[in-house]
Amino acid sequence: MSAAIDSHAHAGHDHHHGPAKGLMRWVLTTNHKDIGSMYLWFSFIMFLVGGSMAMVIRAELFQPGLQIVQPEFFNQMTTMHGLIMVFGAVMPAFVGLANWMIPLMIGAPDMALPRMNNFSFWLLPAAFGILLSTLFTEAGGPNFGWTFYAPLSTTYAPESVTFFIFGVHLMGVSSIMGAINVIATILNLRAPGMTLMKMPLFVWTWLITAFLLIAVMPVLAGCVTMMLMDIHFGTSFFNAAGGGDPVLFQHVFWFFGHPEVYIMILPAFGAVSAIIPAFARKPLFGYTSMVYATASIAFLSFIVWAHHMFTVGIPLTGELFFMYATMLIAVPTGVKVFNWVTTMWRGSMTFETPMLFAVAFVILFTIGGFSGLMLAIAPADFQYHDTYFVVAHFHYVLVPGAIFGIFASAYFWLPKWTGHMYDETLGKTHFWMSFIGMNLAFFPMHFVGLAGMPRRIPDYNLQFADFNMISSMGAFMFGATQLLFLFIVIKCIRGGKKAEAKPWDGAEGLEWSVPSPAPYHTFSTPPEVK
Amino acid sequence: MLRRPVLAGLLLACASFTVQAEWAVNMRPGVTDISQSVFDLHMIIFWICVAIGVVVFGVMFWSMLIHRRSSGQQPAHFHESTSVEVLWTVLPLVILLAMAVPATKTLIEIYDTSEADLDIQITGYQWKWQYKYLGEDVAFFSNLSTPSTQIHNQDDKGEHYLLEVDEPLVIPAGKKVRFLITAADVIHAWWVPDLAVKKDAIPGFINESWTKVDKPGIYRGQCAELCGKDHGFMPIVVDVKTPEDYAAWLAEKKAAAAAQRELTSKNWTLDELMARGEKAYQSNCAACHQASGEGMPPVFPALKGSAIATGPIDGHLDIVFNGKPGTAMAAYGKQLSEVDIAAIITYERNAWGNALGDMLTPQDVVKYKQAQE
Repeated sequence: MSAAIDSHAHAGHDHHHGPAKGLMRWVLTTNHKDIGSMYLWFSFIMFLVGGSMAMVIRAELFQPGLQIVQPEFFNQMTTMHGLIMVFGAVMPAFVGLANWMIPLMIGAPDMALPRMNNFSFWLLPAAFGILLSTLFTEAGGPNFGWTFYAPLSTTYAPESVTFFIFGVHLMGVSSIMGAINVIATILNLRAPGMTLMKMPLFVWTWLITAFLLIAVMPVLAGCVTMMLMDIHFGTSFFNAAGGGDPVLFQHVFWFFGHPEVYIMILPAFGAVSAIIPAFARKPLFGYTSMVYATASIAFLSFIVWAHHMFTVGIPLTGELFFMYATMLIAVPTGVKVFNWVTTMWRGSMTFETPMLFAVAFVILFTIGGFSGLMLAIAPADFQYHDTYFVVAHFHYVLVPGAIFGIFASAYFWLPKWTGHMYDETLGKTHFWMSFIGMNLAFFPMHFVGLAGMPRRIPDYNLQFADFNMISSMGAFMFGATQLLFLFIVIKCIRGGKKAEAKPWDGAEGLEWSVPSPAPYHTFSTPPEVK
Repeated sequence: MLRRPVLAGLLLACASFTVQAEWAVNMRPGVTDISQSVFDLHMIIFWICVAIGVVVFGVMFWSMLIHRRSSGQQPAHFHESTSVEVLWTVLPLVILLAMAVPATKTLIEIYDTSEADLDIQITGYQWKWQYKYLGEDVAFFSNLSTPSTQIHNQDDKGEHYLLEVDEPLVIPAGKKVRFLITAADVIHAWWVPDLAVKKDAIPGFINESWTKVDKPGIYRGQCAELCGKDHGFMPIVVDVKTPEDYAAWLAEKKAAAAAQRELTSKNWTLDELMARGEKAYQSNCAACHQASGEGMPPVFPALKGSAIATGPIDGHLDIVFNGKPGTAMAAYGKQLSEVDIAAIITYERNAWGNALGDMLTPQDVVKYKQAQE
């Protein structure tokens, strides 16, 4: 049915509405597919930049003693690595996937606000240009950790902190506009017959993510604006000597920061919920409970922020409230994991690269969830807090969580984007190298953290030496492997086996009803969903 | 040619693997009742996670092994079951409730800072700790004592590399010690794993925590909150002594404080002040301004040939005493004795070619202090 509509579109006016020629196509484009591709490329470049910084960190930590960098630069590396991976790699990758896939999944011709879409992308290179330029200033870039706690980030910060603040503002504007666009598109442009409870889960999780973004990015903007005022206009929001409150900073930051971690994982939940059923050849188990679980996680994410602050000295009642609320998150998260496993149960599974990444996602994200549950226990958190145990925890939810989710999505939809199948052998190699490298890098961090190694230190006692060396070797392996991914993607764009409209026999959804590669304009007339 | 160093390197790496092999993989139970309860909580929640993991991953791996297309499986079509879904929502909830009970109990104990036998104020500075025994007129700083030659790999690293200080915190065994924790500049966190005490040191706040250690011994920890350049270089060492040894130590510290007061009224020569100043400069100023006086511009300015260190002595005293707001330069008037301030200023004016030849006496500092108040 939709194929018929597409052939109409082809015959009608495809010649006049193809992409513009040359560089201006990319500068001026309002096409969701072009903008999606730009987001994805931008995020991959940032992934390599942020990854290189991680390599510097791991090289310094390869052995005890100071060898490669000085502590000042080490702190800049940890800070920039975190900022770039969170705001430059993971978030834009999901926005890129949203741009490409949401209109295709709901049968819309484009995003609802195409010009704003263009603007929200082009703000990002500006924001990261500003942020990265600080590394070349005399006093160096931000060195106060990606959580930039005041007063280290205000009174005691290098001058480049002002650039950092403007960079964050631009990223925030970009994210908010992207989120408005996603919400407007999903609520207004669904094909006739696609009720909310018929939407693919990727669309659902992105809808909820977009509301989270709109709720918390302004809080982050407020937070950095208060810093700006403290630094340049003589206020004392966070300066105790002027009657301000350094702990206020942490409350405001984590009110943004905790929902932010779900912003980075919910879209991956959605993607995995599309990929596992496709390769298990069996419908997703518990669709409705998946939607409600996502919504519950989003709601709970607003009332758990102080679990990042168990050691700041909040009162006992506050401590108890945030401990209980945090433990509660395990319930909807558990529901999701059980649903994925049950989807696999009695399926007819094959393990192509997207499925490998999706299965690894479920296993390793669950391990990250377990350590999260441990961290929720406030008295135990006094021993875990600010150690490598925490570093292990959030890398387990972000690397095999968010990033494996992105890889799974990329391999799953690459045939749709490029019209070619990627090289399956290379894809599997990429998976196994990433899987082994990542576990080598991050699993030993649990051990050194429990044994007492604080995070964000450039040098450590000899008792931590062996595991750190293993971590570094794993990190180098993981890092180098990502160049293979670049090669696989380029190879797939340039050629390869022709992809059918629906290259995965178990896949469901409107995106598979259009040809591969997806034409420049799709669903100019909306399909009918029954 | 290349092969030999590579091989030697590999052998060395293997050797160091076996020599240093401690392979600590778990939290330490520590030495207090609280640290033991925390350790127990950690192990309970860990085993709960393991049990859930075994079930979930077990089902998953079974499924991945059996339910494959390559083994001829036909996909089933079920996609919901209210009873199963309710079960796996309620079951975790029950487990969590069971977990919350002991966690709450331990937390309440940790928060009970009442009826302490002894109060110690801990202040975090960039990058050292100050311990003040309240009501005892004893206060001192605790600095990293690992030599920089070890950090820069010119010397072999010792067993307590980066976990050793010039003067540890001393507390009596068997007594409830309350810590009042704060900071003078940025946020730090005071953490000793064996005591299961970790509390942020925040400027403008006084956080409370406590411990009661029964076994005398030396326990080591580190600053746990990123606090700038030398965050990794401000360890904590707690020396738990028997009550008798503690009393003797305290008496000695008090006598030293009295001697210090005498030093203030003593008549100092330039050479004496220079000698004392060099030592005091190394432990208090060199982290930023460097031993060579060349600083680390632009963040930490040079003192060698600087306008302040070679200008009028009053201006020099003012900046050392009151610090420079908005920068990392702290107000040392509150941190150091009159003797050390006088010695440091005298040293800075006469070292590295800053040959002013003038000196500041401890009495000058006392007068300055009185004028300020």
